[in-house]
Amino acid sequence: MPERSIRKVVSQKKLCSNHYQMVIDAPKMAEEAQMGQFVHLKWVSKDINNNDPLLRRPISFNEINKDKGEITIVYRTIGRGTKLLASLEAGDKVDLMGPLGTGFSIPQDKDKFVIVGGGMGIAPLLVLVENLIAAQKEVVVLLGAETEEQLLNLEQYQNLDIEVKAATMDGSYGYQGYVTDLLAEETNVDYIYTCGPEIMMEQVQNWAVENKIKGQASLEERMGCGTGACLSCVCKIKVETESGWEYKKTCTTGPIFALNEVIFSE
Amino acid sequence: MNNLDLEVDLNGLKLSNPVTTASGTFGFGMEYKDYVDLNKLGAVMVKGTTLNPKQGNETPRIAETSSGMLNAIGLQNPGVEHFLDTILAETKEYDFKTIVNISGNTVEDYAKLANKLNVSGVAALEVNISCPNVKKGGLAFGTQPKMAAGVVEAVRKETDLPIITKLSPNVADITSIARSVEEAGTDIISLINTLVGMKIDIDKQEPILANKMGGLSGPAIKPVAVRMVYQVAQAVDVPLIGMGGVSNAQDAIEFMLAGANAISIGTANFVNPEVSMEVLAGIEDYLLDNNYNSVDQIVGKAIK
Repeated sequence: MPERSIRKVVSQKKLCSNHYQMVIDAPKMAEEAQMGQFVHLKWVSKDINNNDPLLRRPISFNEINKDKGEITIVYRTIGRGTKLLASLEAGDKVDLMGPLGTGFSIPQDKDKFVIVGGGMGIAPLLVLVENLIAAQKEVVVLLGAETEEQLLNLEQYQNLDIEVKAATMDGSYGYQGYVTDLLAEETNVDYIYTCGPEIMMEQVQNWAVENKIKGQASLEERMGCGTGACLSCVCKIKVETESGWEYKKTCTTGPIFALNEVIFSE
Repeated sequence: MNNLDLEVDLNGLKLSNPVTTASGTFGFGMEYKDYVDLNKLGAVMVKGTTLNPKQGNETPRIAETSSGMLNAIGLQNPGVEHFLDTILAETKEYDFKTIVNISGNTVEDYAKLANKLNVSGVAALEVNISCPNVKKGGLAFGTQPKMAAGVVEAVRKETDLPIITKLSPNVADITSIARSVEEAGTDIISLINTLVGMKIDIDKQEPILANKMGGLSGPAIKPVAVRMVYQVAQAVDVPLIGMGGVSNAQDAIEFMLAGANAISIGTANFVNPEVSMEVLAGIEDYLLDNNYNSVDQIVGKAIK
């Protein structure tokens, strides 16, 4: 059951230019969190006025450490909200809501899984990959980013006993070009997962449809409440109605959706 | 001895306490069951309901602003039939009063909605004549006194339930609209809805919201809302439900001192899902600390 709680930052680490990794002490959340779920968090100011920026920020779990009772998030500073998060140090407080959303699920009848992560989308896939390995599945991970340093968690992925391929736009690491180009090399794939920029996930979807492979995508939308009340974070999902689609809530119905049901662009 | 009674009687609509949640910010109530003891809320104004289901506006539908946010949801809702068939059974499980916020494109739409909602489990109707985010109807009804009165009269003919009319702040003189809906038979007035605003992405050089304009809510609008409650409280005799940026008990008390008989919490639910319970506890403390034994004793006290 999700809850709201004020917890302490265990550590804050700058990964590269504007990417950060924060570990938070949150035993109950760590106990309940599922791969692919997210925490809706807000920095806690030292004075009474905590109104600006006003809203929480939804960030997927990067790591869930049930033994230590800690959760890890990876995020990029974009506006004031994320910059304030980045200013927090060990011992500072954060206001958490979670775990929220539906997580990834693993179809037990499939054997070979391909994971495609791009940019910030690399972070939420790590727990999934660990679970696939635990389930003794064959896993190929394809990671893409602008530059080598933005290949988040690359070492952690490489330390797992799986095949990891990478692509960078500037050619500083691995294949130069789009990570989705690497899909052409993959054969006998049973199932696919993806998280990253919409344009990338749409390419993954196209490839999956061509190859008749099912999968799951983790979506991101501007979010308000995180509880399903405000209807801000909706995305277009195919349904069997006259219009052929329906707005579904990324916060509660998602953020994980069946890959072939997502309408990425029109 | 604690003889404090938090019950409020809004022209026949009795609430166990003056804390309610604003339409569009609290779903149908159940969305917050993990965070709030829903039985302790005075009322829940459910998501704006229309005759037919609505998909709402394109995304982005939300943009954060200084101490506030803009939204342009466009009344996405499953329609009144779904509310009656499915949701009402769930809201009936709780002690809070269910107030259905209704929206239409025409006066007839409002009348039909009022007629359909004459059922047990619905405690009152909140007539939304102030939604800024739909093309037809909505705000148009709320900015002209005669049109506003027309909607309320049509609803009055169809229902014996208490009618709450929700006013828009996007008007030159809110007191003239308030008087007009009072004459037309509204039992209660709620105010304010959101202020129409816009935010532009300077990199893309275009409005952030797909709908371009949206409704501004949150702490940023509270002074405007308090001022309007203060004005309307002096212009009409019907009770008021004050809202617009209520984020804590102090804010709620401010609205009551300005003339609100009850208050509604909106955007603050997104920031702190437990805020309604904190506001309720804070109001109780304030009344006890100042030796009051009912909410009514502070309503309008700041009006000089």
